[in-house]
Amino acid sequence: MIEKRRLTNSIMTTLTAICAFGVVGVLLLVLGYIAYQGITSLSLQFLIETPKPVGEGGGIGNAIVGSLILLGLASLVGIPLGIAVGTYLSEMGDGWFGTIVRFVADTMIGIPSIIFGVFVYALIVLQQGYFSTLAGAVSLALIMIPIVTRTTEEMIRLVPKSMREGALALGAPEWRVTWDIVIPAAMTGIATGAMLSVARVLGETAPLLFTAFGSRFYNIYLDEPMASMTVQIYNYAISPFEEWHAKAWAATLVLVTMILFINIIVRYVTRRKY
Amino acid sequence: MSNEATRENLTDKNSKRSTVAADKFYRIGLTACATLILVILIAMVAVMTQNSWLSIREFGFGFLFGQTWDPVKNQFGALPFIYGTIVSSILAIIIATPISVGVAIFLVEQAPKWLARPMAFLVELLAAIPSVVYGLWAIFVLAPLLRVYVQPFFQETLGFLPFFKGTPTGIGMMTGGIILAIMITPIITAVVRDVLEAVPVTQREASLALGATNWETTKIVLVNASSGIAGAIVLGLGRAIGETMAVTMIIGNRSEISASLFDPAYTIASVIANEFTEATGDLYLSALIEMGLILFLVTFIVNGLAKLLILSVSRKTEQGH
Repeated sequence: MIEKRRLTNSIMTTLTAICAFGVVGVLLLVLGYIAYQGITSLSLQFLIETPKPVGEGGGIGNAIVGSLILLGLASLVGIPLGIAVGTYLSEMGDGWFGTIVRFVADTMIGIPSIIFGVFVYALIVLQQGYFSTLAGAVSLALIMIPIVTRTTEEMIRLVPKSMREGALALGAPEWRVTWDIVIPAAMTGIATGAMLSVARVLGETAPLLFTAFGSRFYNIYLDEPMASMTVQIYNYAISPFEEWHAKAWAATLVLVTMILFINIIVRYVTRRKY
Repeated sequence: MSNEATRENLTDKNSKRSTVAADKFYRIGLTACATLILVILIAMVAVMTQNSWLSIREFGFGFLFGQTWDPVKNQFGALPFIYGTIVSSILAIIIATPISVGVAIFLVEQAPKWLARPMAFLVELLAAIPSVVYGLWAIFVLAPLLRVYVQPFFQETLGFLPFFKGTPTGIGMMTGGIILAIMITPIITAVVRDVLEAVPVTQREASLALGATNWETTKIVLVNASSGIAGAIVLGLGRAIGETMAVTMIIGNRSEISASLFDPAYTIASVIANEFTEATGDLYLSALIEMGLILFLVTFIVNGLAKLLILSVSRKTEQGH
C-alpha cells in the first residue's frame, strides 16, 4: 500500500516536472528559431530602408519609426489616464462605484484587442473616411488604460497606510499626500506596470489592421496611415515569397528583442522587492 | 500686534479654503477619470450596436444560426465562425489545462525556490511574445511538424474517428487549437499559481503531519483551490476565444463546418481581421461589426465569470486566516 502511494507520488512529481520543463522548452524553441532565422537577413540597411517590391530588398525602417510613434502617442494618453484611475481605485475606490470601475477595468483587460480596432474604426475611421495614425494610437491607448489601472492600483495599495496618516496629521491636503508621498513611494511599481503595458501594446497587430492600417513610406502625420512592425511582419508572413518570409523573421527578431528587453528590465528592477 | 494676528489668521483661513478647494478638485478629477472607463465601455457597446444595426435588423437572431457567408449575395450567417471559435478554444483548453496545472503545481509545491523563480519568469515570457509572432512560427515550424509527423500518426491510430479524417495539411483546426494552447498556457499557469499560493500553508502542514505523501497533500490543496482553478480555465477560455492573429494565420480561413480537425476552419476574430478592410457594401461591414459585438459580449461575460470564480478563492482563504 505504502509502496503504491510512494510510486504515485514520484510519478506525479515527474509528470509535473515534465510539464514545466516542456513549457520552458517551447519558449526556448520559439525564441531560438526566431534568432536563427532572423539573424541571417538582419542588416543595417534592413533597419533603415522602407519596404520594396519583391527582389529589390527593402526593410522595416518606416515600420520601426511608425511603431514608436504609435506607441508614444498611445502612452501619452493611456499611461496618465491609467495611473489616475488606478489612484482613484486605491485611494477612494472602496465604495460601490469603485467596485464597478475595478470590475470593468479587470474585464476590459481580457477583451480581445481586435474589438478595440473595430470600435475605433466605427468611431473614427468611418467618420473621417480614412485610416490614420490617430486612430491607431487611440485603439492602443484604450488597450493600455485598464492594464496600467490595475498595476497602479496594486502598487499604490502596497504603500503603508501609516505614511498617508503621517502626512495627513501634519496638515497636508489629500492631493499633496497622493502626489508627494504615495505616488513617489510606489513609483517603481507604477513605472514597471506602465512599461509592461508598453511591451504588450508594442506587439499588438489586430487593432492596427484597420485603424493605422500600414504604409510603405516614412510618415509623421497624424491623419495618414502609419506603418508598424507587427502589421509589416503579418504582411510579409502571409505573402507567398520566400524573400519576404526571411524579412518577416528578421523583423520578428527586432520586435521580440525589444519586447523581451523591456520584460527583462522590469524583472530586474522589481527583483529585490517581490 | 493684533493686526498681525488677524492677518495671520486670514492667510491661514485662505490657505485652508484653497486646500479644501484643491482637495475637491483632486477628488472630482480622479473620479472623472474613473468614470471615463465606464464611458468607454458604454460607448463601445453603443457604437458597435449602432454600426451593426443594419445587419441586426436584416437577419435578427437568425444571424447566429445562418450557415452561409456570401458577401456577393449579401447573405451573412455566423454559425461556421461561432463553431470554429468554440471548437478551437475547447481544443486549446483541453490541451492547456492539464499542462498549466502541472506547471503551476511544480512551481508552487515542488520546485526549490532557486529553480521556481527563474522558471516562473520564463513561463511568463511566453505570454509576452506577440500573437503575430506565434502565427509566423506556426506557419513555418508547427504546421510542417504536424503535417509530417503528428497528423499522420493520428490518422493511422485513430483514423476511424470523424475528427481525424481527410488530408493532413498542417493548416486547420488542429494547428489553431495547439497554437492557442501554447498562448493561453502562461495565462492559466499564472492564475493557478496565485490560487495555489493563496491556500494556507497550515493545510499542507496538517496533511503532511498525518503522513500523506507530497502528491496526496497537493491533491488536498487542489480541491481547496478548485474554484480558483476553474476561474483560471475560464480566463484562458476567454483569451482563446478572442485570439486573433496567430489563429488567422494558421486555421485556414474557410467558413465551412467540418468534424475533421485536419480541415480548415474560421473563427469570429479571424473573419474580422481578414475581411474588414475588404468589406464593400454597408451590409457586409455591418455584419462584420455585429461579429465584433458578439465577440465583445461573449468575452466580457466569460471574463467577468472568471473574475468572480477567482475572487471566491481569495475570499475563502482570507476567512480561513
